[in-house]
Amino acid sequence: MSHRFGHMLGIEPLSAEEIVFLLDQSKPFQEIQRHPLKKLATLRGKTVALAFFEPSTRTRISFATAASRLGADQMNLQAESSSLKKGESLLDTVRTLDAMKPDCIVIRHSSSGAPDFVARHLPLPVINAGDGTHEHPTQALLDALTIRDRRGTLEGLNVTILGDILHSRVARSNIHLLAKFGCRFTLCGPAMWLPRELECLGPPGTSIRRVTRIAEALEGADVILTLRVQQERLHEPALPLDEYILQYQLTPERLRLARPDALVLHPGPMVRGLEIDPAVADGPQSCVLEQVTNGLAVRMALLFLMTGSGADTPPEKDSSHAAD
Amino acid sequence: MLLISNGRVIDPATGTDAPRDILLDGDRIAAVAPQGQLAARAKGAEIFDAANLVVAPGFIDLHCHLREPGGESSETIETGTRAAARGGFTAVCPMPNTRPVNDNVSVTRSILERAAAVSGVRVWPIGAASMGSKGEALSEIAAMKQAGIVAVSDDGRPIANAKLLRQVMDYCRALDLPVIDHCEDSSLFAGAVMREGKQSVRLGLRGMPAATESLAVARDVQVGELTNCRLHIAHLSARASLELVRAAKAKGLPVTCEVTPHHFTLTDEDVQYDTRYKMNPPLASREDRDALIVGLADGTVDAIATDHAPHEPALKDVEFDRAPFGVTGFETALALGLDLVHTGRISLMRLAELFTSGPARVLGMTRRIAENEPGDLTIFSTGHNWTFLAQESASKSRNSPFDGRTFRGAPMATIVAGRIAYRR
Repeated sequence: MSHRFGHMLGIEPLSAEEIVFLLDQSKPFQEIQRHPLKKLATLRGKTVALAFFEPSTRTRISFATAASRLGADQMNLQAESSSLKKGESLLDTVRTLDAMKPDCIVIRHSSSGAPDFVARHLPLPVINAGDGTHEHPTQALLDALTIRDRRGTLEGLNVTILGDILHSRVARSNIHLLAKFGCRFTLCGPAMWLPRELECLGPPGTSIRRVTRIAEALEGADVILTLRVQQERLHEPALPLDEYILQYQLTPERLRLARPDALVLHPGPMVRGLEIDPAVADGPQSCVLEQVTNGLAVRMALLFLMTGSGADTPPEKDSSHAAD
Repeated sequence: MLLISNGRVIDPATGTDAPRDILLDGDRIAAVAPQGQLAARAKGAEIFDAANLVVAPGFIDLHCHLREPGGESSETIETGTRAAARGGFTAVCPMPNTRPVNDNVSVTRSILERAAAVSGVRVWPIGAASMGSKGEALSEIAAMKQAGIVAVSDDGRPIANAKLLRQVMDYCRALDLPVIDHCEDSSLFAGAVMREGKQSVRLGLRGMPAATESLAVARDVQVGELTNCRLHIAHLSARASLELVRAAKAKGLPVTCEVTPHHFTLTDEDVQYDTRYKMNPPLASREDRDALIVGLADGTVDAIATDHAPHEPALKDVEFDRAPFGVTGFETALALGLDLVHTGRISLMRLAELFTSGPARVLGMTRRIAENEPGDLTIFSTGHNWTFLAQESASKSRNSPFDGRTFRGAPMATIVAGRIAYRR
């Protein structure tokens, strides 16, 4: 099973069965987060290279903690200290890391497709920890794990995504993932962040509608994914923040338009009072902290599957193809 | 003397498609006659047996980048023109975006001197329209014309200021030089790396809409109309642009355009983070690509031009959004054009026109196979099966999206000024 995923570059090419397998593999690692002693020896002697070419705190700490809890050693490359600043190319940088013989490389990069590029040039497994505005597969997996835990299923949910969809890798990966389970999508935000082409994401037949009025978007929603307003990623003149808050902030009043048991997810970092009202962020429907914990489980499962040798055994029984 | 015997002569300028022998003497065509009739005159001549091959006037490429001076790690005049000869081109027009920019006679002369020393094909430089192609002041256009430029362009750094464009066109009208424009509205371009559409949204790559090009084409046609200068639209890629050119031609305006082989072959759906598919203008939608093929067939498009744009691997082996725009094109152009013939989209005569009399007309020249014309001929096969391998290219660079592609038809010999510059 450890060879089943050569790389993890994105959710789009995965099958529903593979996603279920990954989520099932994450279950025992969820358990471990509740243990008083969380460290395993599963990947002892293995090395995970964390190459973060774009500033990141949460995802980097999550991957580093996941690697530590599996007993793996780490090599850390961060944007601030990166040789890119000294003019070195991405290819030379990752070849240098590769020469130190890690067992896999985790890449965060501001250029869409950078992990794909690295995977074409290096002989070791590559995990995409977020590339530009393309994909953020581990985020979508941890979101799916959170949704499945709360709802018992991923099938046929009404999913509403709020915010700057065009520039969101989280939105793309979530659409690719949940579309494989027949979810229906409502994308909502300012019109310039909702190009028509978004309707073509997901397998043929996927129901994706774009609406600019939040009340319409929330009606009947089972899951609400609130995106961060990524002002730093925008090339065009940004919308005045007050306009965004007025029209798109997820408030308790607006949340009541969704189904009463609707889940609220946010990939973080969250700006209270901007895209989300503090009362919603801290309310019973919010899954924000579960998402963070589940992030560890999903990343431990992935690191285990992609770097574990055949001699190792998973912490619990292999539960592939388990029913949802 | 050189006798090209047993070939099928296709000459769009005269509408000839017939078996003919051609005798070259010195740098000129000495005689053209039905097969066998030149045997007596050709006594002692070297004989090239063109049986089963097409003999066309020498191909002209209106748009390429030879990178010399300044970019010799990606291409030189020597390597670039060798690749051009392998592609069947007898004359190529290098764009002025070298370092330094070809905006004055000393650069023009140095390019021509270098070409005379190392190149087997003709090099017809295009001069910069503005100093340094900065879009601020006119360059030494008249002096460069005397030195040998055949057109002006600020390719790669399109003229944003409509008033300056008008001045350039007024000036070039008086000099009888065509103005070639890379049409692009810089505000819509805005850091894009591919065409805006389903694929750019899927890949998370910044896209530019087709209007980035067609807006500038509309402006150019209207500014051109003020001056009556000959306007040539470089590497046209969008249906909307093509319709503007079609309308301008219908109105009788002196507007011409070229299309590249990559734009009539590939679409934005082919882009997958592989920087060999990154060029500007970017690969267009399927609808636009199909419209270009219609334009090639119906005469709206005047020429196929390669926009051969070599970049050494160190420049291209980077993240997609950091890679420079451009793909090589000399050696695959004819074969990609023949694919259109094999699939019945255009005739062989029309294809030949797009490589010969079409581009010649853009430059105000003629290109035909007749007595006393320059001895430039392109001899090609329509059936030869081969595989293009970028590793084996004569170019210094390898950035072709067609690496490994199998083709039917290829240049077999390139004859320039009566001499065989390339023979397969």
